[in-house]
Amino acid sequence: MTQMDALDLARLQFAFTMASHIIFPAFSIGLASYLGVLEGLWLVTGRDVFLQVYKYWLKIFAVVFGMGVVSGIVMSYQFGTNWSAYADKTGAVIGPLMGYEVLTAFFLEAGFLGIMLFGAQRVGRGLHFAATVLVAVGTLFSAFWILSANSWMQTPTGYAVNDAGQFIPEDWWNVVFNPSFPYRLVHMVLAAYLTTAFAVGAVGAWHLLREPENASARVMFSMALWMAALVAPLQLIAGDRHGLNTLEHQPAKIAAMEGHFESRGSVPLILFGLPDVAAAETRYAVAIPHLGSLILTHSWDGEVKGLADWPRADWPNVTILFFCFRIMVGLGLAMIGLGLWSLWHRWRGTLFTARWLQRAAILMGPAGFVALLAGWFVTETGRQPYTVYGLLRTADSVSPLAAPALASSVAAFVIVYLAVFGAGIFYLLRMMGKPPQTEEAEPVGGVPIRSAGITPGAALPRAPATVPSS
Amino acid sequence: MAIDLPFIWAGIIAFAVLAYVIVDGFDLGVGILFPWLKTKHDRDVAMNSIAPVWDGNETWLVLGGGGLYAAFPLAYAVALPALYAPLIAMLLGLVFRGVAFEFRWRTERGRFLWDWAFAGGSMLAALCQGIALGALVQGIKVSGRAYGGGWYDWLTPFSVMTGVALVIGYALLGATWLVMKTTGDLQQRARRFAIMSGGGTVALIGVVSLWTPFLNPVFMSRWFAFPAILYTLPVPLAVAGMTLLLFRSLLAGREAQPFVAALGLFVLSYIGLGISLYPEIVPPSITIWQAAAPDKSLEFLLIGTLILVPIIVAYMAHAYWVFRGKVDVAAGYHE
Repeated sequence: MTQMDALDLARLQFAFTMASHIIFPAFSIGLASYLGVLEGLWLVTGRDVFLQVYKYWLKIFAVVFGMGVVSGIVMSYQFGTNWSAYADKTGAVIGPLMGYEVLTAFFLEAGFLGIMLFGAQRVGRGLHFAATVLVAVGTLFSAFWILSANSWMQTPTGYAVNDAGQFIPEDWWNVVFNPSFPYRLVHMVLAAYLTTAFAVGAVGAWHLLREPENASARVMFSMALWMAALVAPLQLIAGDRHGLNTLEHQPAKIAAMEGHFESRGSVPLILFGLPDVAAAETRYAVAIPHLGSLILTHSWDGEVKGLADWPRADWPNVTILFFCFRIMVGLGLAMIGLGLWSLWHRWRGTLFTARWLQRAAILMGPAGFVALLAGWFVTETGRQPYTVYGLLRTADSVSPLAAPALASSVAAFVIVYLAVFGAGIFYLLRMMGKPPQTEEAEPVGGVPIRSAGITPGAALPRAPATVPSS
Repeated sequence: MAIDLPFIWAGIIAFAVLAYVIVDGFDLGVGILFPWLKTKHDRDVAMNSIAPVWDGNETWLVLGGGGLYAAFPLAYAVALPALYAPLIAMLLGLVFRGVAFEFRWRTERGRFLWDWAFAGGSMLAALCQGIALGALVQGIKVSGRAYGGGWYDWLTPFSVMTGVALVIGYALLGATWLVMKTTGDLQQRARRFAIMSGGGTVALIGVVSLWTPFLNPVFMSRWFAFPAILYTLPVPLAVAGMTLLLFRSLLAGREAQPFVAALGLFVLSYIGLGISLYPEIVPPSITIWQAAAPDKSLEFLLIGTLILVPIIVAYMAHAYWVFRGKVDVAAGYHE
């Protein structure tokens, strides 16, 4: 056992709090857009089923969003508490991007969330729909700015360095639209949409297996699988373009993802293997000749750099990258497969009776979250050993804190997050386990569902139960 | 250069922090009072009075932190490690109380747990904010471009005093908010809470105000030297006037005025704090100009801030307008 030093603990804390956080905003981004589409469909078609599905997911959205907010505030302060040297050096460049995230996204979401959740009876339908759409737009603005900041750390452009060693902005356009940003933004937003689609699809499938006639479950399942069939292949293309961009700007990251240690032409595509970092080779590799060159250089025997071209001190963690990348791609391919399978059943007219498809969709429910986290680990650990790629080392970014201080805060975060978010996920699963009904406004065991209810009619029978006689 | 951008930014961040303190102050205050609201009905009503707005209120805290990071990165990089323990504890407190808004409606058996999470988290967050403020005011050791002090420097009798003062002050904001938003028995209880916490708040404002000048000779000269005292004297006089207004309106049964008076006490205390600190952002050694980011950063974010903050204030005000008036006791906010 090696003693963890302050740097390791600070990294562990960041990885843990970030990984816990990212799943909630990703789910919120997808759900907010989905809710906007559902409410729009309800307003246009007047079909009650869209409203029922809207109400069902609105309650879930409220819980997910709340967990995203509280875990996000932690992130915005952690740059200063744990990474103060990084904050001092990058504040002039990254700070304004995060400032714009707060001004354009967080306030917009927060300002209209109240109306979206509680305001259905206090404002008109048009304004309520506008609130839903604005919350969705806010989540996308948030993704825009935070991914711009994240991408700048990966592919910094538009900056200069001053006497104090601080990065200072030279050209804001180049800072915001740095080379990896467009690829990362598209890849991440599609990932958020797919994550949500598979979660919604699994809930729809779960209830279809029990009640094949449930109209709300049918809407969920059908819409989700359209997303799988259309967006999962798009994500493959977006991921490929993102990978080529990474090869251009961060070739060491690609070498680690692919398990390439030697630079060579005609590289094979390693499907599976076991990277042995000490020996600088990938053992037991199952590989397809030439395919690596074909994918990465789009030529039969193009040369690809291996990790040996860089000093070991500059290598990222090969093992994490190699495996997380395969988990992400494998799940992505499985998503495409499920999408194609659903198209076949749709064409045959058996989408709602295809029990094995529904079971597979339940199995794939968490796939988006897992793929998202795996992809996040790939891109973030692939940036190591730097915080600002090639320019500022992680070891030079950390706060001057003693290991015991960090150890206690890591422990506190782990305990609190496991308890709080564990409970939250339990409540989410319980909500998802409830069949979507036309009486969506019924209280759970006498507990009022404060965020439910769009029409007074649906809420009326419940009103007496909300307040005991006083 | 004609425009003093760091000065403008110091004003913007001061505004964001003040906005945070007064809007999240009352919703944290409702959490602080929660253990004294005994019935489920009272707790439901109290929570529903803030549920539609708490998230927007807390966003000002993110703007304060994010703005500090962007405009004064050195201050952010020095102050946050210095205040490590209270800030981490505050964040954890905010986690507990934030999730409680949703979780306590999702379970019947476990509701008492989330009621405690809401109350405890609110108290912890308020206490830690007050401690962090006190620790900042008493001064932070700097070495080079980083925090140079020890792990427990933040913990002093003064910072504990400011922590307690903020808890009681937030309780006053929460109580007067409830006076404004509720009716009947709950309103009567809130009025009593307001009288008690109002007395505590005013007493502690006095203690902290008299203590602060002794922490730093610069503070002393700003408050008591002649002729500076001619400019600073109106602040304690206004506090006295506001105190009178608070208690008269509470005793006269007014509904909105006590809340306004409580906000006034916070604004005045904040002005007093500004008189002590300005132009230092990390007392006693870092001024706003030393900590400021280059003009290119300050300009870039300033453009957006000047356009967006008025819009934000407008739609936030709209959200409060939508949920104006008394909490609907007949149906809660659940309809």
